[in-house]
Formats: sequence, structure tokens, C-alpha cells
Amino acid sequence: MTASELIRSSAAEMAAKLASGEITSVELVQAHLNRIAEIDGGERGIHAFLHVNGEEALAVAADVDARRAAGEELHELAGVPIAIKDLIVTKGQPTTAASKILEGWMSPYDATVIKKIRAARMPMLGKTNLDEFAMGSSTEHSAYGLTRNPWDLDRIPGGSGGGSAAAVASFEAPLALGTDTGGSIRQPGSVTGTVGVKPTYGAVSRYGAIAMASSLDQIGPVSRTVLDSALLQEVIGGYDPQDSTSLTDASTGLADAARLGNVKGMKIGVIKELHGEGFQAGVENRFNESLELLREAGAEIVEVSCPNFGYALGAYYLIMPSEASSNLAKFDGVRFGLRTLPTEGPLTIERVMGATRAAGFGDEVKRRIILGTYALSAGYYDAYYGSAQRVRTLVQRDFEAAFAQVDVLISPTTPTTAFKLGEKLDDPLSMYLQDVATIPANLAGIPGLTLPGGLADEDGLPVGIQLLAPAREDARVYRVGAVLESLLEAKWGGPMLNQAPELASTAVAAEEAN
Amino acid sequence: MSVDTILSFEEAMEKYDPVLGFEVHVELNTKTKMFSSAPNVFGDEPNSNVNEVCLGLPGVLPVVNKKAVESSILIGLALNCKIAEHCTFARKQYFYPDTPKNFQTSQYEDPICYDGWIDIELEDGTVFRVEIERAHMEEDAGKLTHMGGSTGRIQGADFSLVDYNRSGVPLVEIVTKPIENVGSRAPELAKAYVAAIREIVKNLGVSDAKMERGNVRCDANVSLRPYGQEKFGTRTETKNVNSLRAVENAVKFEIQRHAAVLDSGVLITQETRHWHEDTKSTTSGRPKSDADDYRYFPEPDLVPIVTTAEWVEELRATLPEPPAERRKRLQADWGYSDLEFRDVVNAGLMDEIEETVTAGATAAAARKWWMGEIARRAKLADVDPAALGVSPAVVVEIEKLIASGAINDKLARKVLDGVLEGEGTPTEVVAKRGLAVVSDDGALQTAIDEALAAQPDVADKIRGGKIQAVGAIVGGVMKVTRGQADAGRVRELILKTLGVEG
Amino acid sequence: MAAINRDDVAHLAQLAHIEMSDDELDRMATELAVIVDSIKSVSEAAGADVPATSHPIPLTNVMREDVVGHVLTVDEALSGAPDAASGRFKVPAILEES
Ligand SMILES: [Mg+2]
Ligand SMILES: [Zn+2]
Repeated sequence: MTASELIRSSAAEMAAKLASGEITSVELVQAHLNRIAEIDGGERGIHAFLHVNGEEALAVAADVDARRAAGEELHELAGVPIAIKDLIVTKGQPTTAASKILEGWMSPYDATVIKKIRAARMPMLGKTNLDEFAMGSSTEHSAYGLTRNPWDLDRIPGGSGGGSAAAVASFEAPLALGTDTGGSIRQPGSVTGTVGVKPTYGAVSRYGAIAMASSLDQIGPVSRTVLDSALLQEVIGGYDPQDSTSLTDASTGLADAARLGNVKGMKIGVIKELHGEGFQAGVENRFNESLELLREAGAEIVEVSCPNFGYALGAYYLIMPSEASSNLAKFDGVRFGLRTLPTEGPLTIERVMGATRAAGFGDEVKRRIILGTYALSAGYYDAYYGSAQRVRTLVQRDFEAAFAQVDVLISPTTPTTAFKLGEKLDDPLSMYLQDVATIPANLAGIPGLTLPGGLADEDGLPVGIQLLAPAREDARVYRVGAVLESLLEAKWGGPMLNQAPELASTAVAAEEAN
Repeated sequence: MSVDTILSFEEAMEKYDPVLGFEVHVELNTKTKMFSSAPNVFGDEPNSNVNEVCLGLPGVLPVVNKKAVESSILIGLALNCKIAEHCTFARKQYFYPDTPKNFQTSQYEDPICYDGWIDIELEDGTVFRVEIERAHMEEDAGKLTHMGGSTGRIQGADFSLVDYNRSGVPLVEIVTKPIENVGSRAPELAKAYVAAIREIVKNLGVSDAKMERGNVRCDANVSLRPYGQEKFGTRTETKNVNSLRAVENAVKFEIQRHAAVLDSGVLITQETRHWHEDTKSTTSGRPKSDADDYRYFPEPDLVPIVTTAEWVEELRATLPEPPAERRKRLQADWGYSDLEFRDVVNAGLMDEIEETVTAGATAAAARKWWMGEIARRAKLADVDPAALGVSPAVVVEIEKLIASGAINDKLARKVLDGVLEGEGTPTEVVAKRGLAVVSDDGALQTAIDEALAAQPDVADKIRGGKIQAVGAIVGGVMKVTRGQADAGRVRELILKTLGVEG
Repeated sequence: MAAINRDDVAHLAQLAHIEMSDDELDRMATELAVIVDSIKSVSEAAGADVPATSHPIPLTNVMREDVVGHVLTVDEALSGAPDAASGRFKVPAILEES
């Protein structure tokens, strides 16, 4: 098997080849490091990675190979490499949140999910790009440069987790970790033709994920197949006493659910408010096609209404910035990260904080901090934050009513396919609309999965299909997702990513630029 | 710094009716911090008792300390508060370098304890009821040391150093309702109130309650209004009042200052004041730019606390006897006069005497030792009597040695010295120093015979009926035996030797 | 609901401790006005009888036993500090020279 074929395998296939001894983890990691070196750098590179962790990844791989050779019982994914969204803190690698304010910062502790990745002996390839502090839907808000969509280098890879999605879509990594506050795993998954899951709130520990909006954030898997995401969520999930919102009774048997292979008799609800008007025609077509396939496979498709979803985006854009304004207060130049001195006037700590935050935060972060400060300030709390929390209750009630009728809900993941780089940069509001279909799940804490649904007729770009299930029923989105994936792949004659354009090597260009 | 004009306290009291309010912060003595498992220890090397949570590093999350919640409930119960069935945490937001997250995790709308009261007994026995508004859980900040400039004060400092060891130490903030109708006893009540809170939390065992370490810290609110007016005047909040004496003085000073300001026809500025022990006065605190808008909102990283009746009753069952009731009981048990008992309380020796009595001494003997010889030696050593190093067991053992006749009172004092010198238990000291009373009649008789032979004229006087003269012979015997003889027994033997009836 | 103006933004920037130039304040005020306008429907969506949801999954009484866990060394604690002295974090003066 060639290196190019190897990196195109799914994580489950890689794991099987490692287990059988057909390949070594060092070969596998090296193949990915080569791929990163070939296509990630340079002017027209994907630029999914902010940091490549080659040395440590190879050391972990060599250790796995030695243990396997010695007959040691290893985790199923031991030796399979993974990329980490640079919002998750790691010892031994810098963590920046794609912000200047954390440039060069090294965490003295590992996030809980990183401890679990290390325990499973999965080599970490490096840290992936994102919108600064995960604020954005295009990865253009990174302080360290944009990431390109492997389907069209002039288009956005989605955001905030554009780096993780692009890395997986361009075969730089079989797996990655993302974080999803309003769609930051699912929207990039949708526009890059990959799979991503936002687990039930509390199913995966948030300890060590740099908080944007605490009541909405959730770490989740990014992959090329539904089964791979299930396998990865099983690695990173589970109760963590260091996270007070961690669940003791989260869903188990995710990979088994993905392998089940049938949806006969299941009731699948189409959310009336999340398709049709405002959704691109090609998105709508692929969505309807998926519904037809599920119906043919024996599922019952019904329409449900979630009348309060119209307020969800507004509620989200009050709750998220409010919590973010508070969570980001700690970045002040006192204990860690950047410190900037005021250029004139007296040198007081208050002014140093003001200058540090002015220099360290980008525009979108400042926008959200100011908006959140406004929503929480005296006299506005009830109208803004208070109302948003009541809307949150209404959104939850809509979901409860819907799940009283159906087992899972379905919608397009995003209203459009990937837009052009720079297209929405000066129009925050239209950028925010990207998340209209993903946000309700965050408000309600329920699990959501996106998988590739085909290419839009008008632009040939990936369309994502979103599946939603009740809280703690993550297994259901894996079960339905895997069935739909196999039906679609049967129709296409293979994974959708096979239709993605070949990426030219940028290694020479990168070399020259250096 | 301008010096404020003040009115005499008497004049201020003639014209104005004071209203008080207190916010007392109590540091709990849990093993770990409020929201992190880092140790809660006082006085270690700076930044050595922190983990990523206390430092507020990126990515960290808080987890509530159950013991701290239970300690808070105990404080609430001791203050006759209602315990909330459901309460939440909230973020209080302001930027300050001692506050690692730039918000304090506290409680806002629904404190764990609310609506309580406490009866405060003033020196003359007057009982004053103070109503408690709430007692809520929160976390302490780190410690700033101001460097450069002159006095280590924040004013004029060149830079500051931050130690986060105290960051995250559990606090319970106890807030009173406005205290009215206290009149000229306001300063006295202020002191007695803080003393009572300190005593309660110490008695509960939930705090070390050392004011000098900042375990109990008081913010005192004072306002004045003309007599007969219902509406409160504008208040000031004096911070950093960290001794009982300071609380009394600060309240008194603020009453005098307010009165002078009001007399001059100026309005009081609602502000924070700082207490200065050196000048015994307050100065205006810098208005914090965000003090008017803390932007409280529910802490999303922590979930609500729900208290069941069962849990609360379990905790209530562990409550110790309230200090005031305990005092009444002990005074009655011991039979001390009011004056004697007050002296014991003021000397801080109630616990020691109780233990001594429990260990077997009489109440009179316990008082005699603790208020006498031990207190005297403590004063010389400039320490609290309780901290001198004498245990109740030592007192009991010395008393037993006296009762058995093994030592006399004079020897007992030497035994105490020996114990304090680290020579062992009282019995060991007696043996090592050879302090036992000489009770061997044979040995005494030799000494008596020698003393009589040395002073034949005195012996004759005694034989002649001048029995008072026996003292000179007794003195001689005691000198020879270096005070270790039982003087009464010596006297008896002398008279017997001389054939005289005593 | 009042519209957000430049003075509001200046006050908010001060609360949030972010220095902003005049240009930045103007630009931010315009952008925020648009955003605030688009989300104002939220305040009319739910009546006062609808309870607020602060946490997506309701949990209660998540507590930790009072047992000491791991501690950073002083060096680890100070490792990310922009400035430190004598084992402590060093910050510029708190008050302005007066
Ligand atoms: Mg206060
Ligand atoms: Zn407080």
C-alpha cells in the first residue's frame, strides 16, 4: 500500500492495519508528517496547523510499535495519529487559541481529553488553526493567518474549527479534536465534506478547553467516517471530576451503534424551520436526496415544527458573548501571555491591562467582549441575558416536543456551501447566520452530527447533513449517520472525499518563501 | 492627605442617630480551596500552594468543596438563618491583579443562608439583637505587596508583587441588616458583634478565626440621620478593619466624621473608606472604575446546590453549644462570681479552665493556677496564658502532688518552672530536682536535734512556754532541708522533742 | 431597548479593560448597533412566566471531597508570567502617581 493510499484510509482501517502488523505507527505518523510538509505550508498551502509536533508524535509512535511488538494489550486506536484544535491546552506544545495574547504560551497542565489521548497512546501531530478564541465561522479570524478549504483553496474551511476540518479533509490527519459552541465542529465539517460531532453537553470533559461560552462549549471528534468519530468520542468521553458539568451517565456503545447498520422503523423528523427559505438550492437538493435514501432504508420521515428556533440565533448572540466577555477577562497580562505597555501616560496595571487586551485581541473578539459586557451591564441584564435564557427554555421545549414524536431530527448543517475567503469578513451578521441550524443544539445541550451529503449542483462544493438526538442519546446520531453514510457512499461509489481535487505540493513554494 | 474635621463623640450622639451595618468575611479552615484541590495553608512560600485553577490559567474549571458548603451551612445555623433549599453561584466581575480570573466566584441572588439573627451581649449585660440578612459562599483573592515608595502602601508604590496562595480560599460573607436604635453604644456593639462572630466560627471549628491573620475581616457601614427621621442617611463602608479594637474605633471615628460633615451642611459621599491603625482615622478609598457595575450572572461552570432537610438536620445535630449559653452554664457549674468569670473570659482562659476541671481539678484550683501563677509567667513572657505551654493535665498533676503532701505550694511553683523549662511532667520534675517534701521523720529528727543544739536559748524559751519562739527553730530546719520539709510536721516534731503541748 | 451609541461603547470598553481609539469606537458602535438591532426580538420572545435556563443539562450538588490534590511548583506557577520577582508575579503600580 502506498503512503498516499495509507493516509486516505479511515482511522478504523489504520487501527486494523496496525493491529495486524501490516504497518507500523512510525510509518503511519511519518506519512502524515510528510503530507503536512507537502501541502500545509506556503502561500497557497492549506495551513491547517499552527504547530507541528513531529518529534513527540514519532516518539509516541515508536513506543506504540515497541509495545505492540512486545505483545502488550493496547487501545484500539493506539498508534493512530490525531490533530488537536489549538483551543485545547497541551503540555509540551504551545497553546495559542489563535490569539496574539497567548503567543508562545506553554500550558503547565494537560486538558482532560489530552490525558485520555495520551493514555490511549495516540500520537499528536500538532495543533490546528481556528478563529481566535473560536470566535468565527471561517477561520479567517485567526491571528496567525487563514486556513484554506481543500475543495477550493479560495474558500473558507468553516470555523471556528477550520484547521481541524481541513487537516482531516486533506488527509493530513485521520482524526482531530474540535470544539463546538454554536457549530464550530459541524459547520467546518459540512463545508469540507467531513464528519464531526458535538456530543451531549457534559459527555466530554471541558477541562483544559479554553472557554468561550461555558454553557455552550463542547469538545468533540472530527473525522472522515461516522465510525471514526464514534471511536474517538469513546476515547475522549466519560465522567471527569474536574468538570462540574460532566455527566456520570453519558451515552455509551457509540461505535457499536455506528456498526449496527439499520434504521428500519426509526422515526426521523425534518425540522420545518431549518430548511427551505434561506437555504441554497443545491443544499436543499442534497438534503432531500438523503431523506429519500433514509425512507427507502425503512425509516419513517415526518415533519416537525420548532417554532421558537427563530429566536435561537438572537439568544445565542446574547448568551455566547456574555459568557465569553467573562471568560476572557483573565487575559490581562498579569499571570501568563502577552503584556503590552501603554505608549504614553502613566504606567499603572489598569492601563497595562487595557493596552494588553487592545493589542492582544482581534476585532471579532473585541466585538463579542463589548457585546457581552453590554448584555450583562446594569439595566440591560433582564432584557438581554435574562431574556436569552428564557428563550433557551423555549428552544429546549421545542426539542422536547419534537423528540416526543421522533427518534432523531434531521436538517442541512449549514444554509450554504463554503463561501469565498474575505466574502463575509466585513459583515459579522451574515457570518453569524452560518450557524442558524447548528446553534439550537448548543442551546439545548443535545448531540449533533454532521456528515457529507454530496456536492451542491451549482458550485460542486460539499453539503452537510445534520442529525440531532435527545441529550444522552449520542448513540442515535451515530446509528443513523453511519447508515446514511453507507447509503450515500454506495450511490457515489466511494467516499465523497474521493471527488475532492488533488492538492498540488506547496513544499517547494514554502521552501522558497523561507 | 487632608485631615478630616471631626465632632466630639458626645456631641455627635446628641445630634444624630447612627445606623450600622456589617459585612464580615470569614476564611474557612478547610484543607483545600473553595473551587480547587490546592491546599488552603497560611504563610507558606509565595505561590507554592497553587494549581492551575487558583491561578485562573486558560481552560480551567472550578469544582465546589463540599466541606466548605457544610461549614457555610453550620455558620448559617449558628446564626439562626434559614438555609436555602436551592442556591447558585454567580460571577462578580471586576479587574484587579489579585483576582486571577478578573471575576470573583460568589453568590448573588440566592445565598445559601438568609434571614437570621444573633443576640449580642454588651459588657453591662444589655442584650442587643442583630438581624442577619444573608451569609454567602465565595472565594478569597491573592495577596498584593506594594514595593517601592515609602511605607509598603499602595499609594506611591513603584510596582506590586502578587502571591496567589490565598487565591481561592473559601470565604463566608456574613451581611447584617441595617442595625438601628443603637445610639451611643454603636462602637461598643460593633466590637461585640465582630467578637461574637469570631467566637461562633471558632466554636464551630470552621475557621481559625485569627483576626491578625485576616481569618475574620470586617467592613463596617455607618450612616447618620437626625433623630426622628426614618430615612437612612448616606452610608460609608470602611474596609480593612481587622482587629476588635479597630472595629470599635473605626465606627466611632466615622460617626464623628459624618457628624462634622453633616454639621457643615455638606452631604456625605457614598464611598469606601480605609481604616488606618497608625492615625486611628479613615481616608477616602479610590473609587474603583467598575465598582458600580459588577455584571453579575449565574456561574455557568458550577451547578446549583440543593440542600435537603435531611442534610441540614444532620449538620444541625453536630452543632456545638452556642458560646453564650456555654458561658452561662460554666459560670453556674464553677460557682464563680460575675467578676471572677469575666476576668477568666477576658483572659481567654475559659477553655483551659474547663479542660482542667474536666481532667479532675476543682474549679477553684483551676482558677487559682490559670489566673495566678500561669498568667503571671505568661505576662513576663509576653504571651497569652493559653499559649504559655502549660496543659490542663499539668495543673491537675501538680494539684494531686500537693494534695498527697508530696509537695507544698512553694515547691509547686518550682515544679511549674521545671515543666516550663522542658524538664518533663510535674512528677518527673519533682524527681529530677529533688523537690519532694522531706517526710522521713528520722531525717527530720536529726535536723531538729541539730537546730535545737545550735540555739539552746531558743529551746529553753520554748520549754518555758513561749511557743511562738518555735518559728526560729522551724526556720532553721527548713533552711537545712532547703525548704523541702512539711513545715507543720516540723513544728509538731520540735514540740514533741521538747515535751511541750502545741 | 435603547440603541447602542459611541458613548456606550466607550463605557463598555472601559468596563472590559480594552483601550480603544476614537476610530475604533466609532466603527464598533456602528457594528454593534446592527447586531443589537438584529437580536432585540429576543426580549419579546419569552414571557416572564418562562423560567430561565442557565445550564443546558440540569445537574445539582456536584461537589468534591476536601482532599488535597496536585499543586504546581513555584517555577511552574510562574512559568508563563510576563514578569516575576521573588517568587511572585510582578505588576506595575496599581495607583497613578498623585
Ligand atoms: Mg463587601
Ligand atoms: Zn465578599
